[in-house]
Amino acid sequence: MHNSNEFKIPLGPQHPALKEPESFSVALKGEKIMGVDIRLGYNHRGIEKACEERTYIQDMYLIERICGICSHSHSTCFIQAVEEIAGLEVPKRALYIRTLIAELERIHSHLLWLGVAGHEIGFDTLLMYAWRDREIVMDMLAELTGNRVNYGINTIGGVRRNITREQAEKVLGGIKTLEERTKYYIEVATEEVTIRKRLSGVGVLSYEDALRLDAVGPTARASNVNRDVRRDDHYAAYGDIRFEVVTDMHNDVYGRTIVRVKELMESYQIIRQVLQKMPDGPISIKAPRQIPAGEALSRYEAPRGEDVHYVKSNGTEKPERVKVRAPTLANIQAVKHMLADRYLADMPIVIAAIDPCFSCTDRLVTIEYPNKRKNEVISWQALHSYSIEWHRSRGIDFRALNKKFSERIKG
Amino acid sequence: MSKEEDIRADLTSKFSYLEGKIIIPRPKRIFLELSPDNLAPVLSYAVEKLEFPHLCTITGLDEQDKLSFIYHLAQDRGILLNIKISVSRDNPVLKTITPYFPGAEIYERELVDLFGAKVVGLPEGNRYPLTDDWPAGQFPLRKDWKPDTQADKKESNHA
Repeated sequence: MHNSNEFKIPLGPQHPALKEPESFSVALKGEKIMGVDIRLGYNHRGIEKACEERTYIQDMYLIERICGICSHSHSTCFIQAVEEIAGLEVPKRALYIRTLIAELERIHSHLLWLGVAGHEIGFDTLLMYAWRDREIVMDMLAELTGNRVNYGINTIGGVRRNITREQAEKVLGGIKTLEERTKYYIEVATEEVTIRKRLSGVGVLSYEDALRLDAVGPTARASNVNRDVRRDDHYAAYGDIRFEVVTDMHNDVYGRTIVRVKELMESYQIIRQVLQKMPDGPISIKAPRQIPAGEALSRYEAPRGEDVHYVKSNGTEKPERVKVRAPTLANIQAVKHMLADRYLADMPIVIAAIDPCFSCTDRLVTIEYPNKRKNEVISWQALHSYSIEWHRSRGIDFRALNKKFSERIKG
Repeated sequence: MSKEEDIRADLTSKFSYLEGKIIIPRPKRIFLELSPDNLAPVLSYAVEKLEFPHLCTITGLDEQDKLSFIYHLAQDRGILLNIKISVSRDNPVLKTITPYFPGAEIYERELVDLFGAKVVGLPEGNRYPLTDDWPAGQFPLRKDWKPDTQADKKESNHA
């Protein structure tokens, strides 16, 4: 890779474009990338080893914390394997609730990605719009589970919280707004000239290469690989739900954008069906503390692609082995291929286009008064109004824009 | 016959040593065990003839007296073929499967770092996932490796 005309530039581990540590050593000839050397593992926390020393229930909470965004994906994938080994018949209603949270998580993740993609190409208005809309789904998740991330809804043998009719109505209302906004994003993604020009032909991954390098999720589907675990190896309630697997033939970052915005529309349809078909009944069954000896492999279509968990049990309270393969690991080898022979300036968006994972934040704000003993916890609603007032007093007022926006949705 | 049973019949007729060794615990899941020498022909048959184009991952297992590795292959229709091989603990040598699945590279590096597998034919490259200064001969996912003893060792090294 080294010769006199080439420069080697290290990018990372503290990377200007990514919020997670990964290290890229890029060999350049002028602006062209001649080769990329990727060094991973900075986030390796030994979770698989830690799982062997904890009980199944503790592992479920630990595994939920593998990722700040697809937390439900990992915990569901894990307990599906445990439930299979234990031979537990999970109640139908629980499976539907899992599916509902799964799709809300996908919406949250795809909207987050859309914002990040906008940011990486210098289109920060798109970031602001997408992340503002993402708050709608974050509020729904907080309403249903109590948390914006790391929902803790799962338990071995079912789910921990039921959902009420009022909550279902609220979700449907939120979905309606999001659907309108997503239509607008589809319009932006397909008709806005700057987006098309910036993303087309960037980060190319052919159909053959996507297959050869075992790419997964939207990255593979944008190269016309028609695979989706939700349909092919269905779990939770997906066997009862009708939906389209979105594929695209652009083979580039543009295609990956289209796949994700169209998948949002499918998610809204799935949620409507889930709420309509959700049966009454119990939401969990009692699971034994000790899981009989056995093994199982569970797959799950996380927002970023196929998530794989292998669990081996030995009849005790703790698993013998837990193996996790998250979608980013499957896609990172495709990234190396996408970057070769491209320009350095394309690196941030190409890497971001596989949607590598990074974490989310908490929402509780505590106000400490220096002269008072008592601290005060401010509610989300109050904080929201405070921020609007703060901006308004400085001359930034979104009321007119919000009104225009809601009229547009109604019209 | 179900598709899973078709695959079982197909495999046993082609490879007689698989007779009675293929288990179908539930629909869409097939497990089988074979000796490391037989891995290559079975893999290439599964990829070319049985339409298993996708490698999900490779799982490593420490089974006290031996190390085992499971190759998880998937069909587009959702059927998973899990092929398990076992090698000796003292000299865990296995052949790379990158000729069949170029994407397997990172999974094989994981086996090298975490289990101490010696993968013959694995192309040169960065290690994954442990740090470059990780002490040699320390394989965290082996059962006899404990994080505490590791910290003690480091301390005694410094002293």
